Amino acid sequence: MYEIRLHSRGGQGGVTAAKMLALAAIREGKFATACPFYGAERRGAPVVSYIRIDDAPIKVYSQIRKPDLVIVLDMSVMETVDVLQGIREDGRVLINSPHQVDMQGHPTYHVDLTGIALSLNLVIAGSPILNTPLMGALAKMGFVSFDSVKDAIEETFSDKRNVAAAKLAYEGLGQ
Amino acid sequence: MLTIATGNKAVADAVKDARPAVVAAYPITPQTEIVEQIANYVASGELGSRYIPVESEHSAMAACIGASATGVRAFTATSSHGLVYMCEMLHWAVGARLPIVMANANRALGPGWNIWAEHTDSLSMRDTGWLQVYVGSVQEAYDATLMAFRIAEHTNVLLPVMVNLDGFALTHITQPLETVDPGDFIPPMELPHAIDITNPVGYGTLTPPGEYYKFRWDIERSMRSAAEVIEETQAEFGKRFGRRYGATEEYRCEDAEVIVVAMGTLGKEMEIAVDTLRSEGVKVGSMRIRWFRPFPDLDLEGREVVVIDRDYSFGFGGIVAHAISSKYDVSIYSVIAGLGGQEVTYDDIAGFVRDRRPGEEFWFGVDA
Repeated sequence: MYEIRLHSRGGQGGVTAAKMLALAAIREGKFATACPFYGAERRGAPVVSYIRIDDAPIKVYSQIRKPDLVIVLDMSVMETVDVLQGIREDGRVLINSPHQVDMQGHPTYHVDLTGIALSLNLVIAGSPILNTPLMGALAKMGFVSFDSVKDAIEETFSDKRNVAAAKLAYEGLGQ
Repeated sequence: MLTIATGNKAVADAVKDARPAVVAAYPITPQTEIVEQIANYVASGELGSRYIPVESEHSAMAACIGASATGVRAFTATSSHGLVYMCEMLHWAVGARLPIVMANANRALGPGWNIWAEHTDSLSMRDTGWLQVYVGSVQEAYDATLMAFRIAEHTNVLLPVMVNLDGFALTHITQPLETVDPGDFIPPMELPHAIDITNPVGYGTLTPPGEYYKFRWDIERSMRSAAEVIEETQAEFGKRFGRRYGATEEYRCEDAEVIVVAMGTLGKEMEIAVDTLRSEGVKVGSMRIRWFRPFPDLDLEGREVVVIDRDYSFGFGGIVAHAISSKYDVSIYSVIAGLGGQEVTYDDIAGFVRDRRPGEEFWFGVDA
């Protein structure tokens, strides 16, 4: 089982990102679950979502303690949240950043999701849409194919720019 | 069609496919998505129900009672404080023999204010006469809700059914979901005592002691018949749609010397604990109780039992543990865990089994 913990702020689309990745995995014949951790969160507050992907039905409902991958959609949450908590020794990190980031030696990927969203004017209520470009970066990392990501995005959103954003992130992923 | 859905969406989809004539509802976390999604289906024309947005849960159940009494299918959803607010009407729906279906997102009762999973809300309604099923996955939430209509409306039952799913843990998790075309699996509802305006009679009138007890016995007789109807319905569902359910779900129980029992999502997660313990040489199996009313026959003889109660009856004990001890002469280690959404992992569950002290009660997380 592969376990992913996604850190974002309420309103940035982290929950929908988790759902889209689960959908893309299921379309490829895998089993997946996505769940938000609901505390007293509200728009702007740090929030956490979990994604599990496996070849067999998933029976776990409790939170992810030892993630294989940590995704950080908004680096400012790192000021108050220890995003690396419990990460596996060989765990990887994916960060929304235009620059390389050192995450205590963990293999760390970066992609400028915010820049991509702004370049396509993918903005809702003043916030750049980060979750659809994120799907492209995850496809590049090999979790699912880009075709599955494209299908999952199109099933979730009608605006074609979302797929274009995923494509840009697919091409722009750095390590 | 295979897709993904939350537990709430799965319930709403099952309701859409069962096509009730009336949905009366009041929103409450964490079930709000159910009634929102149904409202969307009604607004888009995908579901031809009459949707009544009422001012309270008490009224939601009252509206369902009114609708059902005319002989049409009715549905509502609630949770926690909403459920206990409609308590009076829950009894009424049973006494009036109305096959209403309701989803309840299991949630703790306040204060302290808490929106997370616990089973005390529905278990405190266990003596109303509602049938109660507790589900453990998104797919099961869909399947059980669909089956609930057929079971409730069966001529040998004619009692309401409550489908319980863990608040947030299941209502808000996204998992694969395969919906079905129910076809004639859910036949049109026929209520023998439906209100007929061409033949006026009195309903719910003063009933003297000499008659009242007969109505009560008739409810119990139907509750006993319900066990068979549930079995038959689940078998037919399996035959038609390929997914099989029992009154309980057993995992690696065949040669088990210890059985761990729970309901809802903990009852799924404990299967992982069973695998861990088996690899350590412990002969353990798990039994997830799905139907709590009518209470099923459990194969527990000669085994040690660890019961995890996500509920409590103050001054008495864990409700599931005591339901079992009142029916079976077995040694029980009663674990109280997961109250108000308390995090309980498969490692914790394995620990409960390893450290079991038969005959005792243990509150997880409390230093006694």
